[in-house]
Amino acid sequence: MSSEKKKHRSVLVQMETPNLIPERDLGTIPVLQAEHLGIDFGGLTAVDDFNIAMGRTEISGLIGPNGAGKTTIFNLLTNVYQPTRGTVLVDGYDTAGKSVAEVNRMGIARTFQNIRLFSQMTVEQNVLVGFGNTMKTHLITDMLRLPGHWKQEAEFHDRALELLDIFDMRKYADTQAGNLPYGAQRRLEILRALATSPKVLLLDEPAAGMNPAETEELMENIQKIRDEFQIAILLIEHDMSLVMGVCEVVGVLDYGKIIAKGTPEQIQNDPRVIEAYLGKQEVK
Amino acid sequence: MEEEIMTDKRPIISTGGRGGASGSKKTLPMPVRYAINAVLVLLVLVVGELMIDGGAITRYQSTVLEQVGVYIILAVSLNIATGYLGQLPLGHAGFMSVGAYGCAIFVMRMAEVLGVGARDFTTGTPLTVLLVIGGLLVGGLCAAVAGIIIGIPALRLKGDYLAIITLAFAEIIRVVMLNIDSVLGFKLTGGAKGLTGIPGYSSFLLVFACVAIVCFLIHTMMKSRHGRAILAIRDNEIAAEATGVNTTYYKTLAFVASAFFAGMAGGLYAGCIGVLQPAYFGFMKSIEILVMVVLGGMGSMLGSALSATVLTILPEALRAFSEYRMIAYAIVLILVMIFRPQGLLGSYDFSLSRIIERVMNRDFPWKKKDDAPADAAKGEEVSADV
Repeated sequence: MSSEKKKHRSVLVQMETPNLIPERDLGTIPVLQAEHLGIDFGGLTAVDDFNIAMGRTEISGLIGPNGAGKTTIFNLLTNVYQPTRGTVLVDGYDTAGKSVAEVNRMGIARTFQNIRLFSQMTVEQNVLVGFGNTMKTHLITDMLRLPGHWKQEAEFHDRALELLDIFDMRKYADTQAGNLPYGAQRRLEILRALATSPKVLLLDEPAAGMNPAETEELMENIQKIRDEFQIAILLIEHDMSLVMGVCEVVGVLDYGKIIAKGTPEQIQNDPRVIEAYLGKQEVK
Repeated sequence: MEEEIMTDKRPIISTGGRGGASGSKKTLPMPVRYAINAVLVLLVLVVGELMIDGGAITRYQSTVLEQVGVYIILAVSLNIATGYLGQLPLGHAGFMSVGAYGCAIFVMRMAEVLGVGARDFTTGTPLTVLLVIGGLLVGGLCAAVAGIIIGIPALRLKGDYLAIITLAFAEIIRVVMLNIDSVLGFKLTGGAKGLTGIPGYSSFLLVFACVAIVCFLIHTMMKSRHGRAILAIRDNEIAAEATGVNTTYYKTLAFVASAFFAGMAGGLYAGCIGVLQPAYFGFMKSIEILVMVVLGGMGSMLGSALSATVLTILPEALRAFSEYRMIAYAIVLILVMIFRPQGLLGSYDFSLSRIIERVMNRDFPWKKKDDAPADAAKGEEVSADV
């Protein structure tokens, strides 16, 4: 209980992180900031010197070949792995030493590359788990079914259904999450993350396994989420049409290092990126 | 019979059980649902009590019934940790023994201080009722404290490791009960001789009132934000953590709730048997309770209660063939595990109000579903328990 009540007592830290695009306005403090982030697994450096500063409502992309360390970066940002080097700040607060759940409460929500839903619970309950920290009833109130319980359940029942409406999933509210079609499962994961009212949403390959039409729809939805919730979105994706279509800033990762960053146009024409993806041309 | 007590109430979702077909569905308002269930519980209690008073149920039978009630509480409480939290603790008898000794010692000492005779407990004065309720709470709290002490280190582990560590802790508790007298130097648990002279305060009424209360509390806990967090940990711990669920807190909560109710059951058991010996609470007792939960279906309160009833009555009924009953018991288990590994009821839970609603809406399982999506209909059956 005590750890739940504990407020984030972290100190506001100001860092000078190189802005990906100098002229872009990040507001007073970047909502997500990482400086010199790195992790070693034994002798292997999986991620090295990763820097990012995200504005309040920006959509950024992270691309790179398989095994480049993209998901590792997500795990570092959410404290699933403790970074060997570097700092992560959420809205100016240091995440060092926080648990994964605490980092979520500080404002980072994420989805997973391989879908991780609460598959035996209904769709609505999945979303309600996300609302769990916004709900405030005490265990005793809930167990004795005092009026506070009913009021809160009714309120969040409505809020959950409203959230499901974003992706037109109200019709699935009572369906078991594991029985949803694949695309709907991916969408539900995003909704569950949104229910935790994040400031930054990390999407790990949201378009994996989707057909072009679904990807198109997802693209619109990502922008819709950003506009409606006014949050920053960082996504990992292999589907270039999605990355180039929706991201304002793109970083390219290879062997754990950012090898290029900039606007989608800059990235598409960067020789280092082409090399990372296609290999170097040998001229004899 | 008593299983009707466990009637499961759906959450306040009223937008349609069958794929959200229409908004014109009739639903029972929440107070009505609770009223129906409360009336049923009272009915069962009154009818049972009248039958015992009238002699329709013999003294022996009512003792067996009391044991049934105790085992129902044990099974549904273990179900919190196995079915809902998804862990496999093997030390439930340990918590039961802590509760049993805690309750029995409290009641005996307080009775001595207040000058209440053992006779008064069977007739029942307001003072003894208070004393017994206090005793059960003390027993539950002792077990809950043991649950916290064991749970915090043990819940860092998973699966087999958790099973082994809880098993070891339960054995430690048993050995402590056995030797604590000689260590402390005064009479507390009676050691191997056992704690004798416990007033027989358990009655059909008390035991089944406790069954109803425990089932209600577990039900309401599981159908709240706390219960959803526990279920989320079972389904996917990593995702639960990333969704902001404080996994350590909720795992401990589920474990401690499980221990608390087991302690209460222990207190009732003490009042029912009259003598406590550490040997009662060995490894086999834990296994017996676990078998009840697994057989009934993990995550199903009704399943746990049903199989607790059957597995308590069966050995009594088969007393004449006592040499063969363990064989029969084993064969039943093997057959269930082969043909229905998810347990007899799976994770289905019975809900009386849901059935009444179905009848009100003329929505019967044999009626052809018109527009409900196939997966939505399939999902509903299992969603019933959570």
